[in-house]
Amino acid sequence: MTLAILEATPRTRASASAHLSPEQIAELGRELDAIKAEIMASLDENDARYIRSVITAQRVLEASGRICLLFGGQPVAWAGGVGMLSVAKILENMEIGHNVIHGQWDWMRDPDIHSTTWEWDVVAPADGWKHTHNNLHHTWTNVLGRDDDVGYDILRVTERQPWSPKAVFNVPLNMVLAPFFEWGIAIYGLELPDAREGKKSKQALRKDVLAFLKKAARQVGKDYAATPLLAQLLTGSGLASLAGTAAANLVRNLWTHAVIFCGHFPDGVEAFDEASVEGETRGEWYVRQIAGSANIDGGPLMHLMTGNLSYQIEHHLFPDMPSNRYAEVAPRVRALCQKYGLPYVSGPMLRQVGQTWRSIGRLSLPDSLRARLSRRGSVRARPIIVS
Amino acid sequence: MPKANTLTRLASALTYPLRLDDFLAVIDPRHSSRQLRAVVTKVTPAAPGVATLTLRPGRGWLPHMAGQWMRVGVDVGGVRQWRPFTISSPEGEAPSITVGAAGDVSTKLVNDTRPGDVVFIDQPEGDFLLPAPLTTPLLLVAGGTGATPMYALISTLLARLPDADVVLLQASRTPQDAIFAAEFAALASRHEGLKVIHWHSRESGRLKLAASIDTLVPDWRDRAAYVCGPTSLIADAEAFWSDAGLPLTVERFTIPRIVDPDAVGGTVTFARAGQTLDAPGASSLLEVGERAGIELPSGCRMGICRTCLKTLKDGQVRDLVTGSLTGEPGEHIRTCVSAAAGDVTLDA
Repeated sequence: MTLAILEATPRTRASASAHLSPEQIAELGRELDAIKAEIMASLDENDARYIRSVITAQRVLEASGRICLLFGGQPVAWAGGVGMLSVAKILENMEIGHNVIHGQWDWMRDPDIHSTTWEWDVVAPADGWKHTHNNLHHTWTNVLGRDDDVGYDILRVTERQPWSPKAVFNVPLNMVLAPFFEWGIAIYGLELPDAREGKKSKQALRKDVLAFLKKAARQVGKDYAATPLLAQLLTGSGLASLAGTAAANLVRNLWTHAVIFCGHFPDGVEAFDEASVEGETRGEWYVRQIAGSANIDGGPLMHLMTGNLSYQIEHHLFPDMPSNRYAEVAPRVRALCQKYGLPYVSGPMLRQVGQTWRSIGRLSLPDSLRARLSRRGSVRARPIIVS
Repeated sequence: MPKANTLTRLASALTYPLRLDDFLAVIDPRHSSRQLRAVVTKVTPAAPGVATLTLRPGRGWLPHMAGQWMRVGVDVGGVRQWRPFTISSPEGEAPSITVGAAGDVSTKLVNDTRPGDVVFIDQPEGDFLLPAPLTTPLLLVAGGTGATPMYALISTLLARLPDADVVLLQASRTPQDAIFAAEFAALASRHEGLKVIHWHSRESGRLKLAASIDTLVPDWRDRAAYVCGPTSLIADAEAFWSDAGLPLTVERFTIPRIVDPDAVGGTVTFARAGQTLDAPGASSLLEVGERAGIELPSGCRMGICRTCLKTLKDGQVRDLVTGSLTGEPGEHIRTCVSAAAGDVTLDA
């Protein structure tokens, strides 16, 4: 097999499952359903304790980090503050916010930790996120024209997106996107292309833009006005504190950008066209989630800091399963993939990040040019990683 | 829900999207911006398998009136479960509930709750109240745990009108099962106007008002009457006072919900839209509503995105993917993968 991103022929089903009969795919679906039912039935107070302890740790880090930055004139306080606030923001966005908004903890019936009430520490409002992420991205994962996470409207990340001259800016655009990732996500959540094409009403757009501006004002106000102002009044270290909150947001943005790009853009991950989801069965939907996602290898700290999105495959199969259980289902999912001859893409973070950047670089060239370069051997097709 | 005060609003410039309460909760778990909580301050055994829990509610609690009840929530197996309990303490005092270990929730409250634990609470509710303005004489008929609101009513009444003329007719299985018997006796020793009459069904048979009341309380016709207790006692009292053409104030304890594990299909009532529709067991409630032209939110239509969440007010639903049943009032259900199992009411 060659690079998945080099495959341009539209197929009616995930190509990774071309060798499976409809009955086999249905059976795979039943096996995955059974795994999910078993885990969901076993949720208990230990799981509840887990998420509450992560939330408590996050709040202690957040408060301590911000208080340290009030004394940002002291280098040690500044460094400690930036470190703690960065970790707090990453935990809040990934292991807590993203997963709570998915409804992973709705089973506890605790209104303080619930998809209907959670608002998270980024400029994108949770409501819009639920639409573009929980609904569109998770239902139509990697389907061009339906899941706008494929390149977030601005990047060319698969050959299925036709080349246009703006793809030349793929790499610089992604370099700008990474440090401002939360802003990119928020603007992308407004679905501006849909509004331009008339698929989204003016009122809906207006409502979303207002919600975004309101939330962004509060986020910016907290990190770039209230915190520095208080630091200035207390210790005269307003500027240092401003630099500290900016640094924490930068760290968070770079980290989340890297993790998110590892989820669907490394080598060996398939993208799909709309024809492939016509009349899709539940089993086929599962196959598309497996073929369209990639995991990151690592230890418990890596999994925590990625919000367990390092188990991207498991997360896409079971988006509302509490994230602390992905580690437990991963070996079973991997075994099923082996049994059915499906890819299970996984690799260490640096390799996965490297692959996404390399793909984005290659795809900035027109396909014909790249093919010619490829024949000369300067760009080699690599086998997909199935481990 | 507690209203945000000025400090909270000011602090939110630094805490947004969280609130000050969310940080204070790390230190004092009674803080929550969304849900009232209370600390258990005392656990007193009241009878075999029965305990009285005294609570100290967090900010935002509206003090109860005598005879009211409150919903109390505890986490059982990590899942929040709510049950209504009568408040047995007099008006003006910290709320306390008297609980008999029966189901999951009450057993946890009686056996596993210690002073310092936090429980979740709702505002007090109910109209089983003393006459306003306060008039006497009164007759209170209590059966079993029906004595709990009576203790709140009597102790509140006597604190305001020490000479009040009130008769309590308390039915219980045996003298040991008579909840608050010692407390009532203590009150009666201090207040001549309070008369407590015990009826023990193990030795005298079930209390039949028509047969016994003239002997037990000869002047019953002159008294404003209250009844609280098991369904049979309430039915007997309602029939009796209605035959006499006299008013009766009744408190019913919520009857445990009967869950039918085999129910398939039924009706769905969309409470806001004001429509009740046939809901076959194989159709999602979302489809049923949409077909009738009711506007409902929806997204993935396969149970993963939670755009379609609606609050279940009554009834039980079956998950179309797993086949499992749920039916906790107040629970959020995904209408796109939930079908009616019996009659269902949605807050939609």
